[in-house]
Amino acid sequence: MVSTSTPVRASTARIWQALAEVPDPELPIVNLVELGIIREVEWVADNLRVTITPTFAACPAYEVMGANIQARLQQLGIEQVEVQVRHEPHWTSEWISEEARRKLKAAGLAPPPHHSGDFIQVLLDPVACPRCGSTNTSLRNSFGTTPCRMIYTCNDCKEPFEQFKPL
Amino acid sequence: MKKALHNPLAQYLIALADDELILGHRNSEWTGHAPILEEDIAFANIALDEIGHARLWYELAADLIGEDKNTFPDKQVFFRPAQEFRCLQFVELPKGDWAFSMLRQYLFDALEAQRLKGLMESKHKPLADVAAKINNEEIYHLRHTRAWVTRLGLGTDESLRRMQAALDELWPYAQALGAALPGEIELVGDSLVPSSSKTFVSWKKEVSAFLKEANLKTIEATVHEVDRAVHSEYLGVLLKDMQEVAQTEPEASW
Repeated sequence: MVSTSTPVRASTARIWQALAEVPDPELPIVNLVELGIIREVEWVADNLRVTITPTFAACPAYEVMGANIQARLQQLGIEQVEVQVRHEPHWTSEWISEEARRKLKAAGLAPPPHHSGDFIQVLLDPVACPRCGSTNTSLRNSFGTTPCRMIYTCNDCKEPFEQFKPL
Repeated sequence: MKKALHNPLAQYLIALADDELILGHRNSEWTGHAPILEEDIAFANIALDEIGHARLWYELAADLIGEDKNTFPDKQVFFRPAQEFRCLQFVELPKGDWAFSMLRQYLFDALEAQRLKGLMESKHKPLADVAAKINNEEIYHLRHTRAWVTRLGLGTDESLRRMQAALDELWPYAQALGAALPGEIELVGDSLVPSSSKTFVSWKKEVSAFLKEANLKTIEATVHEVDRAVHSEYLGVLLKDMQEVAQTEPEASW
């Protein structure tokens, strides 16, 4: 398609702002920027290249993410968007922002514990129930509704809940 | 890395990928059929992870042999005949009962954990990086499958009987995990991949001790010559199921 108008160059700040409005397909309460999935944005000639790093290698949502990113940027008049998947450096739950952690908790999903690179160190730490705050909780399953979540039960308020895995 | 080693390393990676793919596909047969709902979801996720890992290995192989890494994985998965696959018969066997599938996944996860340790040290940096990524995810697999082996081994008489039967059937096939992969002999010398026989020794030591704690007895089995081009009767049936739709409409975009 030949465009008659000059290509619109939205500012980088405006682009990041728009990207922060793209929700995660499986956890729409948080967006792809605050989850640390969108890594870089750069112009390559007339193409805007957006680099994403999926949480888990087999994350089935990344193609939808790419399509949603393109759709949102088109609203800024950016027609040529190239979404590039990069696995290295690999995604870590340390990239999830504090704001996103608050949102996850408010939605009943325990945020991943912080770690210093080696998440095995925190795997056995008590996980607080996002509803009542009790740490008297038990792991039910290392895999929840997606590869990036685990299932716990709170022994005090008796509610099951999911935790976003440390990675 | 020497140019002459690109192709052997690609063949090595394709064999790794084929094992992950076929085991992942096999385990996906439990989706909708696992004994409890939570486990249905968990095992489907583990199957999905393995297929995702297969894709990463295929992509690495594509880079080494000048193939397009966006299209290479699908070509390998959907458009190769059985005789071109390099997976072990260990991963081809039908899913059996829950004990069988869970035990096989445990034995495979434990082997992967040992092999990934070596691959993370690879002199081929992209390979070491992917191995580190996969290793992180595999930690959750092993935790899950270990818990099931213990639960079933120390569970009821019936669960123990089924686990022991599964182990008796799987153990001889599992010995093939110790055989060198395609290309491996050339690659080990340049510190690109670990030696499978060494990996296997560590695996066997760890797995034997763990199974014993779960009341399970390993039988004597010897490592035979392994030819990854020779398959069981089950692979063809699995591939027909997996490839049928893609082959009906090869040009379709999904």
